[in-house]
Amino acid sequence: MKFLPLVWRNLLRRKVRTVFTLLSIMVAFVLFGYLSAIRVAFGMGVDVAGADRMLVIHKVSLIQPLPESYLGRIAATAGVADVSHMTWFGGIYQDPRNFFAQFAVDVESYLRLYPELGLTDEAKRRWLANRTGAVVDRATAERFGWSVGDRIPLQGTIWRTRSGPTWEFTIDGIIDGSSGGAAQFMFHYEYLAEANINGRGFVGQYIIRVDDPGRSAEIAAAIDGRFANSPAETRTTTEQAFAQGMADQLGNVGAMLTAILGAVFFTLLLITTNTMAQAIRERTGELAVLKTLGFTNGRVLALVLLEAGVLAVAGGAAGLGLVSLAISGGDPTGGFLPAFSIPPRDLVVGAGLVVALGAISATWPGLQATRLRIVDGLRRG
Amino acid sequence: MGGLTRLIAVTSLSLRTLPQRAGASAVAVVGVAGVVLVFVAVLSIAEGFQAALAGAGSPDTAIIMRGGSDSELSSALALADTRIIKDAAGVRRADGGPVASAELFVVVDLLKRSTGTVANVPLRGVEPAAFGVRDEVRLVEGRMFRPGTNEIIVGRMATTQFLGIELGSVQRWGESEWEVVGVFEADGTISESEIWCDARVLQPAYRRGDTFQSVLARLDSADIFDRFRTALTSDPRLDVMVEREDAYYQGQSELIHALITGLGTIIAALMGIGAVFGAVNTMYSAVAARTREIATLRALGFSSVSVVFSVLMESALLSVIGGVLGGAIAYAAFHGYQTATLNWQTFSQVSFAFDVTPALLVQGGLWALVMGFLGGLFPAVRAARLPIVTALREL
Repeated sequence: MKFLPLVWRNLLRRKVRTVFTLLSIMVAFVLFGYLSAIRVAFGMGVDVAGADRMLVIHKVSLIQPLPESYLGRIAATAGVADVSHMTWFGGIYQDPRNFFAQFAVDVESYLRLYPELGLTDEAKRRWLANRTGAVVDRATAERFGWSVGDRIPLQGTIWRTRSGPTWEFTIDGIIDGSSGGAAQFMFHYEYLAEANINGRGFVGQYIIRVDDPGRSAEIAAAIDGRFANSPAETRTTTEQAFAQGMADQLGNVGAMLTAILGAVFFTLLLITTNTMAQAIRERTGELAVLKTLGFTNGRVLALVLLEAGVLAVAGGAAGLGLVSLAISGGDPTGGFLPAFSIPPRDLVVGAGLVVALGAISATWPGLQATRLRIVDGLRRG
Repeated sequence: MGGLTRLIAVTSLSLRTLPQRAGASAVAVVGVAGVVLVFVAVLSIAEGFQAALAGAGSPDTAIIMRGGSDSELSSALALADTRIIKDAAGVRRADGGPVASAELFVVVDLLKRSTGTVANVPLRGVEPAAFGVRDEVRLVEGRMFRPGTNEIIVGRMATTQFLGIELGSVQRWGESEWEVVGVFEADGTISESEIWCDARVLQPAYRRGDTFQSVLARLDSADIFDRFRTALTSDPRLDVMVEREDAYYQGQSELIHALITGLGTIIAALMGIGAVFGAVNTMYSAVAARTREIATLRALGFSSVSVVFSVLMESALLSVIGGVLGGAIAYAAFHGYQTATLNWQTFSQVSFAFDVTPALLVQGGLWALVMGFLGGLFPAVRAARLPIVTALREL
């Protein structure tokens, strides 16, 4: 620790260079933060899925509805503890750009299956009692400035009421917890079924809770077997697999972002290493003097490492801090990427990268410094 | 003229000594190349996606859907409606019938080649006029499906992205089996991501009764579109919305294009800041290494302007090399790279190829020049301000 002042003086020797190197490290970690938030945003909901929940969808495609009559037969399957259903609504609020995911759900069973919604008891009571009631997640409510009690008209694109395409809802509660399957707005299926011009009979997908997640493959096979060779065959998957599958549909975003990050870090590493090497090359004479004074090779290497480490840690911490602050402000696209945040795990990875950056960038100039022969160094200086 | 000669002399001197600083210069070059590579590669995704959608459709073709629907997927039109639309004034006629195709649009699950996971692939039921309303679509392998049978033809891009739809293979969707009898191309536009079959066969298979989802109609000319739209939307028998086909697809690409372009630009801008710092360091060290040389030039009477100019030129040259390098790598590695992603409006996969356009390469080059100029500016000013006497004594 007593060498810290020496390291400090060395860093201050070319202030402009030190500042620029610091800034470029900082920028790299700001980028790192943004890219990890983007990765999370595109994998929407993959981490919120419940281990004991499964989804039953139409075998041909998710867009094909399933008969309402399946409810009883699914519930009667051994291993199924509870069942609910949800149906895609796809309404438009004022402008098609104001997209958010809306579902008609069977409220009572839905509340049982998704205890993590974070609705207050009062909100639940209100919602259950109000046929045109709806709940909305906090981000969406804030985006449009909605609060409890507001009346919200949505233009149905798939569904229309007998009197036209406009559906009226009342906000009964705000979801503070996580909602299943990236749903942002939920209302009573009964409202949809009764007011719909084409009548009732079909739902989008069933959600089940199983007694034992270890037996989910068996239960899935039992359910799908029940409806085999019927007009609407089913495919039952865990909620986790379903969410992952939806994320995969976007393409391999993760691999692409990793490639970009790789390019960014390679570039940055090169720049930092070069700067460190320059800083050491300029001080050849001084290093020779240090060695003359009795500094061992190991100690010289430690000094160089420490110098690079201070730069990396200062720049990296500033970058990660700044980007955390920026991203806590939320989604920059105004609602298209609702899950926009840096997972704590990635912050740990970032910290690891900071250390790696410092170590790698100091290795080459550090080794050069240890190989320096005192006589050569003194002569060159 | 004397001034210009001097500028050239000083610049060529600094460029000739460049190889002595190869290591440090390479860092600036690689830094800029990295930024241009990432910038061009990311934006080529957005360009490719847009090309697949925007290239589709022509202004003299109209797409008609139920009023209030946001895409074909949520639309529904009764058979009677489609007849009224096809008989409307302005719809082109050939061989005694209207050049218009009433279509169904559904989604089927297929496995994606790249990930092996399930993806939503569009299945379109069409009428014989479908080829007449889409000039770009042509059958390239096999034959057309026979009307009334469970035969399908698939787009070339779809076959490269999804498993199980090769020519001759059989797929089971719902209660019926479908045989692939032909492959069609559509200049890489969105139709090539689709699977086509006879609309009349798709209706019972998906329990759609006698309904369709859209009508695609060729008009006599692009100019009469507004009149055609007014006629249909004011017809009391119909509740429809009418759009130009090209505008419809353009609208679908806007969100994704804006999103990717925005993210790509932010990434490139942030990375660019890092690269500028790298270039600044390189140029500072270049100036430091040439301190005595520059001082000598100044002592000989070369103006500070020519010194500034020479440093800026060196920096610009390095960044241009980096820009060309980055652009070339992006082109070689990504141009034409095929992939597929989800189009939210139709909830189905769009296959497209990364498109490294000349405009993108020019933008990348300009971006490189900006980085080079910013990177060279401060070091150039320092070089010009060197006090000649002390600088000569240095080293």
